[in-house]
Amino acid sequence: MSDVEASGDGPLLAVRSLTKLFGSFTACNAIDLDIRPGEIHALLGENGAGKSTLVKMLFGVLAPTSGEILWKGEPVRIASPAAARRIGIGMVFQHFSLFEALTVAENIALSLPPGISLSKVAEEASRLSRLYGLPLDPNAHVADLSVGERQRIEIVRALLQNPELIILDEPTSVLTPQEADRLFETLAKLKAEGRSVLYISHRLEEVQRICDRATVLRHGKVTGACDPRKETPASLARMMVGSDVAAVSAAGTGARGDVLLEARHLTVPARSPFAVALKDVCLKVRAGEVLAIAGVAGNGQSELFDALSGEYPVSDPAMVSIRGRPAGNLGISARRLIGAGFVPEERHGHAAVPALPLSDNLVLARNQSDRKTFLGGGALGIIRQAVVRLASKRIAETMDVRKSGDNPAAGSLSGGNLQKFIVGRELDRQPSVLVVNQPTWGVDAGAASRIRQALVDLARSGSAVLVISQDLDEIFEVATEIAVISEGRLSDTYPAQSLTREKIGLLMGGMHGETDESAEVAHAHRA
Amino acid sequence: MGMIEAILLTVITAATPLVIASLGELVTERAGVLNLGVEGMMIMGAAIAFAATQMTGSPYVGVVAGIAGGALFSLLFGFLTLTLVANQVATGLALTILGLGVSGQIGEPYAGMSGVKLQPIAIPLLADIPFLGPLLFRQDLIFYLSIMLVIGINWFLFSSRAGLKLRAIGDNHASAHALGIHVIRTRYLAVMFGGACAGLAGAQLSLVYTPQWVETMSAGRGWIALALVVFASWRPWRVLAGGYLFGAVSISQLHAQAFGIGIPPQFLSSLPYVATVVVLILISHNRRVTLINTPASLGKPFVPDR
Repeated sequence: MSDVEASGDGPLLAVRSLTKLFGSFTACNAIDLDIRPGEIHALLGENGAGKSTLVKMLFGVLAPTSGEILWKGEPVRIASPAAARRIGIGMVFQHFSLFEALTVAENIALSLPPGISLSKVAEEASRLSRLYGLPLDPNAHVADLSVGERQRIEIVRALLQNPELIILDEPTSVLTPQEADRLFETLAKLKAEGRSVLYISHRLEEVQRICDRATVLRHGKVTGACDPRKETPASLARMMVGSDVAAVSAAGTGARGDVLLEARHLTVPARSPFAVALKDVCLKVRAGEVLAIAGVAGNGQSELFDALSGEYPVSDPAMVSIRGRPAGNLGISARRLIGAGFVPEERHGHAAVPALPLSDNLVLARNQSDRKTFLGGGALGIIRQAVVRLASKRIAETMDVRKSGDNPAAGSLSGGNLQKFIVGRELDRQPSVLVVNQPTWGVDAGAASRIRQALVDLARSGSAVLVISQDLDEIFEVATEIAVISEGRLSDTYPAQSLTREKIGLLMGGMHGETDESAEVAHAHRA
Repeated sequence: MGMIEAILLTVITAATPLVIASLGELVTERAGVLNLGVEGMMIMGAAIAFAATQMTGSPYVGVVAGIAGGALFSLLFGFLTLTLVANQVATGLALTILGLGVSGQIGEPYAGMSGVKLQPIAIPLLADIPFLGPLLFRQDLIFYLSIMLVIGINWFLFSSRAGLKLRAIGDNHASAHALGIHVIRTRYLAVMFGGACAGLAGAQLSLVYTPQWVETMSAGRGWIALALVVFASWRPWRVLAGGYLFGAVSISQLHAQAFGIGIPPQFLSSLPYVATVVVLILISHNRRVTLINTPASLGKPFVPDR
């Protein structure tokens, strides 16, 4: 594995005025970038800044509109991912390009040149995974693995090609702090071997911790190149966002009222073999509180949201109560009628229908709770378009939703703006209970801070707010209480001030003995 | 030849076209393409095979023509759904309707003619085994092909690299594309393989099962083949088992009707369907296995973003 050679002092990969147009939209605008041999280079930027588009061009997934890519000083045309791998570029995607129905070894074999038998692949994969501290069972089906384990497959898959440059796209967004630490150790090993790493992230802290140099993108343009260790988080954020991001003022320890949302020994069997069962979940949210539920994706967050919102009602009404009323067996509209509001994750297709205008999306969510206002004609339920449009305009104004036209299709809004709308859609009703799942996932910093402030304000005004999130920064910004979900079990609730990241990290993974390696391999074998 | 032997022989003849057509559709669906036009491709194969046999006098030319006809006809489906990204369900239904119509035209001059039957080929030594010999080793070419297809497809899907790529495309075509696998090209080949198998199944109908041309002689077998694929959880050996079970119950209920058992014939006629559904549900009760085997991108169109 040591035929990685530094080609003098020149950059390993150089990008010269690389541009990508999608129709009239410029995703990447004349980007310049140098990656030196043996460095960890950060690519920083907000969502939608053009980071993903840039690396897709480097990896041959997208073809550049104009510009040049130089590999070891030679101009190259990277026509396909296979071509990228041939010259020595490996990539670990943000959304894993894994095949759930196939085994770990089969997944790895797919990206290798032909002529290698499956058993050889399995052998080599376990060897590499041991070498880099990434335990994996080659015969497990991907569908049965945790997100962290899936990322290891991606990394091992990239390493099998013996690449000189490895691109990692937002690798820690799905990891516990401990898993992230382990990843950083792996990256340090790669760097020590003389390989280069292009590390894409919007988390300033980890960029400062592990990266040698950083290139910052905003709106498709390079806005800065720097040594992240010489910058402050605030100066990096300014380069990323272009202005200072408003800090969220926390809900603090104001007056607490009655318990408005409660789960009592909530137990739900897994709906499908790949879903997580909820085991004896107990939680209470009082008026004035923001309870944040931390956890790594796929540990029962969606199932908890489904049970609390009534998307999938539970059999025992007493398991969930809203404003003191047993509601476990009620559907989502019935729960809205007794004063609750819900914002599911996945803006596109779950929280909103992308092809429908904002006003229709408003009616879809609130057709029962606001029946008298939005619908006319008695039993016919004819939509009062004028009233609904007015309401959606009001929401857009309150939440500062930037859109083209008066009532555009939900799908035409950027992620941040659509998210502001669907959160605003619930806040507009002043619900006494609000349950939000991943409120700012994939949302730019400006919109995220707007949404978080709105959640805090709602709690201050006397509502109970429950936020399910994977983002610890967000949790510490908004929460008054924190609990951690892991494998369908919920930890005790702690006051937010009493917790540190490390403690949360331990609760995320440590509760079920997943922190040491042997337990983790056993976990992989369990399937 | 004993009574039981005779019955078993008819079972094999009835099951073979189902097994072949199902296997072809299985490969197509494993690549993520839902082609509901099996019935249409099958009847096209039957008509073309019969016509070619009449023209040349050789049923072997008929078999080849049936295969080629089915594959070419499926190419139309491939072009519409893969290149033009038309809706797969609607296009498949249209293919069936078109196939039933066009095959009527092709077969019209041959209606009522007596056909040439594909003759059995005895396999030396094996054919002399008592009981099993005449059943399994004194059969026609298409029967042997059907068994080789089961073994071959099972090997291809689960042991070969090309089969792994095909399953990967069926599971997640976007990821497969990102890995540099040719999604559209592989799907074209899978669709054409499905068409070729349906054509071969059709050739079996007009050259072995009932060696003559009758309009709409496929009689819904294409639909049964489609259902078998799903109930067999996209696994070749289960398709074989399901096809033979269906064939066996259909033939026994015919005999039962002939014997005049006091059960309403409508009930007896429904038995093969009921029995196949029940048994295949029983063997696919393990939802995890079923989920792992179900092609996740089945029926979803793929357009590479360039």
